[in-house]
Amino acid sequence: MKMRIPILKLKDTLIVSIQVELDDQTALQFQEDLLNELHKTSARGVVIDLTPIDFIDSFIAKVLGDVIHMTSLMGAKVVITGIQPSVAITLIELGIRLDNVTTALDLENGLEKLTRELEA
Amino acid sequence: MEHRSSIEINTEWDIVAARQLGRNEAKSTGFGTVDQARITTAISELARNIYLYAGKGRIEIQPIQVGQKTGLLIIASDEGPGISDLQKVMQDGYTTSGGLGAGMPGVKRLMDDFNVETEVGVGTTITATKWLH
Repeated sequence: MKMRIPILKLKDTLIVSIQVELDDQTALQFQEDLLNELHKTSARGVVIDLTPIDFIDSFIAKVLGDVIHMTSLMGAKVVITGIQPSVAITLIELGIRLDNVTTALDLENGLEKLTRELEA
Repeated sequence: MEHRSSIEINTEWDIVAARQLGRNEAKSTGFGTVDQARITTAISELARNIYLYAGKGRIEIQPIQVGQKTGLLIIASDEGPGISDLQKVMQDGYTTSGGLGAGMPGVKRLMDDFNVETEVGVGTTITATKWLH
């Protein structure tokens, strides 16, 4: 039942589009896969697009928050894109704040933001 | 209208099954996307609490009609250890699982009505309702 989230590389950026509802194991597997891929490719930035995701519970939020901090420990930068209104509302009502996380409306804006931040 | 769906929570996968059922029920009851997300998230948190603290239990989801109001009732029940300090558990930021769950205050905010019955050594039953506005 375990799924793998595909991780694409474009120049020095890793691009991840999460298209399926994440169960706990898939989320944890993704965390490990992303860090391994980062290590292997020496990418400097990661964009995680959540456009198709219509809800995030506290566990998935924790895994995402952790993966962002782990990525920055490894010297790369993460931008989260495509958070739907329903996701933003439920996360805040649930009491979860993803502090110090760079976000953008969509993948295109996210890539631009990442490029700017990496150049700065 | 008097149907009740139920899922036994024994494994992590049952958490996924419970929230998928919740989303379907929310959709067919007529909730919009934001309330569907609230209900799905609340069920996910309640099911996770059962899995983490009681090991096993059950999530029941039932459309209800009270007067003119239509809603969705969620019952999360277990025969786990119970909650010894309910007041503490209802405080934001309180956790005994290292932050794996957002906790009960979050679920309470996501839903309209929220009630906990718990007895140490006997178990916990949480009922939460979202009303269609």
